[in-house]
Amino acid sequence: MASRATRRARPQPAAPDPIVAALVGVLGRDRVRDDAAERSLLAHDASVFSGGAAGPVCFPTSTEEVQAVVRTAVAHGRAVVPRGAGTGLAGGAIPLGRPVVVVTTKMNRILDVDLDDRVAWVEPGVVNLDLTTYLRPLGYHFAPDPSSQQACTIGGNVANNSGGPHCLAYGVTGQHVLALDVVLPDGELVRLGGLDAEPPAYDLRGAFIGGEGTLGIATLIAVRITKNPLRVRTLLLAFDTIEDAATTVGSVIAAGIVPAAMEVMDRRITAAVESFVHAGYPLDAGAVLLVEVDGPEEGTAVDAERVVEIGRANGATTVRVAATEEERALLWKGRKTAFGAVAKIAPSYYLQDTVVPRSALPGVLQSVYEIAERHDLMVVNVFHAGDGNLHPLLLFDSREHGAIERVHAAGREIVEVSLAAGGVLSGEHGIGVEKRDYMPLQFSDVDLDHQNRLRRAFDPACRANPGKVLPSGHSCADIQALERVPAGLWG
Amino acid sequence: MADDALEAFATEVGARGPVAVEGARTRWSTGGELEPGARLLRAPEGIVEHRPEEMTVRVRAGTPVDELHCELAAFGQRTALPRRGGTVGGALAVGEDDVCALGRGRVRDALLQVRYVSAEGAVVTGGGPTVKNVTGYDLCRLFVGSLGTLGLIGEVILRTNPVPPVSRWLRADGTDPFAALDVLFRPSAVLFDGRATWVHLEGHAADVEAERRTLSAVPTAGGGWTECEDGPVLPPHRWSFRPSELRQLDGAVLGAYVASVGVGTVFASHSPPPRPQAPALRALAERVKHAFDPGGRLNPGRHVALLAP
Repeated sequence: MASRATRRARPQPAAPDPIVAALVGVLGRDRVRDDAAERSLLAHDASVFSGGAAGPVCFPTSTEEVQAVVRTAVAHGRAVVPRGAGTGLAGGAIPLGRPVVVVTTKMNRILDVDLDDRVAWVEPGVVNLDLTTYLRPLGYHFAPDPSSQQACTIGGNVANNSGGPHCLAYGVTGQHVLALDVVLPDGELVRLGGLDAEPPAYDLRGAFIGGEGTLGIATLIAVRITKNPLRVRTLLLAFDTIEDAATTVGSVIAAGIVPAAMEVMDRRITAAVESFVHAGYPLDAGAVLLVEVDGPEEGTAVDAERVVEIGRANGATTVRVAATEEERALLWKGRKTAFGAVAKIAPSYYLQDTVVPRSALPGVLQSVYEIAERHDLMVVNVFHAGDGNLHPLLLFDSREHGAIERVHAAGREIVEVSLAAGGVLSGEHGIGVEKRDYMPLQFSDVDLDHQNRLRRAFDPACRANPGKVLPSGHSCADIQALERVPAGLWG
Repeated sequence: MADDALEAFATEVGARGPVAVEGARTRWSTGGELEPGARLLRAPEGIVEHRPEEMTVRVRAGTPVDELHCELAAFGQRTALPRRGGTVGGALAVGEDDVCALGRGRVRDALLQVRYVSAEGAVVTGGGPTVKNVTGYDLCRLFVGSLGTLGLIGEVILRTNPVPPVSRWLRADGTDPFAALDVLFRPSAVLFDGRATWVHLEGHAADVEAERRTLSAVPTAGGGWTECEDGPVLPPHRWSFRPSELRQLDGAVLGAYVASVGVGTVFASHSPPPRPQAPALRALAERVKHAFDPGGRLNPGRHVALLAP
């Protein structure tokens, strides 16, 4: 211990942060970090945004410790930013204005699984995939499956109301959380929701989920667990154009079939992924559509057959059905590692996340390619087509002069095109700082005022992750200083 | 998007005086009696737009649920709203799930966008028109079950679902409903009245048949599982339990009852007592209420913690 403490004894900031001693009093020296390296590391999450340096970084291990940290921050007039694995893509976990950062990764126990109530009680730092791995031998799983599920935490899933490919049939995180213990921004502990059918209150559990850390910190989470399907059938359909793939998606839904997942990858990303995982994706196709149907034996057979028919009617050139569990896993591995594979094409990417009506997909995709071309950017598309959730990745090199500005301009145009098609700003990544200032494009002043009323009911003093979600005119008065996304936030 | 019917509703609501919305009065006393003196209004009616290919429907709050389901059925679709009469807005304000919630989904997951009239008489939009959306705070979930105490629902966009090709009710006496729930893959409902068990199966014909065979392995008092037209008649009052608590229900307290196994709702002839709220939760709920309706003019007398009709 002594040697570790010595190793961390880097040059201290000119004026020591007065809250550090109080936090050390709460958590001990080991679990409060205030060195420059740690603080600058946590200026980032997985997005292209970076905040200022974090304030002290705390690693509580219990609800009581989170309460004590929050109360200490309140006493010192400091804001608090909760953080899980830092895989967020909208800058929701980046610090603005030296807040105390509460990292939940040491609260990572699966406390109880009750098959009668079909619930698992977990701490917020439990990794998404770890829970499903734990549940699998019991015949159950946790349905939300973001692409980052090997790293992202369930607390982070709650904060972002995260989705994933399979939320087409199963719904995003909000459908799978029954109860939450939340440390409110004043340090008070409250249980939201419950395991009973209709918990006696406003659905504040539902309102809290997706709050991006601005409503408090979840320290204990009861999630609904889902029976594993009896049968899973995974199909790969190849098309000459991405529009044909998108049209197929709309036709499948219109035919009354709700697959577990429908994912589209365009030619460029398919090639990048194939050279990475060797799943046998067709390299000559304009786009591939990955469809998974799950459920009982007969229904999945009927649905899979109809999906193939619809695909062929819309120009599918080849159809492949995964014959083994290994083949299926490989097809999914390709999809889930797509963002990593992008590194083979360009050093940086900016991932957009809008939703449009499924019938608008072909037209909006075409606009996305045109927007990228106009801004001299390469774009690849790999997305949750089944629910109209676009994920264009704008590829760039941040060292190139003016690249960031072009990405920013193209991103805004993609947002505008999506909204004009009857869509919304975010399907699963949240608002964070990324889309905060776009909120008035989707909502009126009165709408935003009402969202702010909810926020202020949870956090009257505006200490919880300030500067996120709501644009400053509608948010907390004491962060007016953060009027616009600060210069330098991009990249 | 301006809508004349909504604007007219907002004008009627105005910004002053106690006001309440009357639907079909099927759950009129849920949450307590309305304070006398509140002005009674009706929400606008009509299906604005059904988009079968998007699986969404935009509908005004005063529309009868039966009318909505009739329109959707013509396209092979339905919603999670309960089939017990009443209006769309009333069903959302009460938040009660259909007795086949395991198959049809929960009401709280069905609301994609809500347009309501605020205590100040303004039209406010929460949520969005697409089936997937995490933009901003989730006012939709907040409004489901809020009994019109935060805003008066005028128009909504709901998620629709395909109607499965085959649907069957089965009934057996003297069987273990929990064992039935366990062996079945995804039944739409398992109901138990203390003596008989009803199971609702939906899906493709061969799957329903396979589930039926699976079910036949669950022992009964004799007579096995027999097909019936419908599920049991539901008593009027709703109690809320954890699913595991249904193993020890007390008929002396509940009266005649039908329990929704795997869900936790119990429909009973006796009304449930008010349920306690922890002080911190009550304080938070009061702050929410105050933020949306500072003068307490919306549906005065209704309290969300009370389930009793």
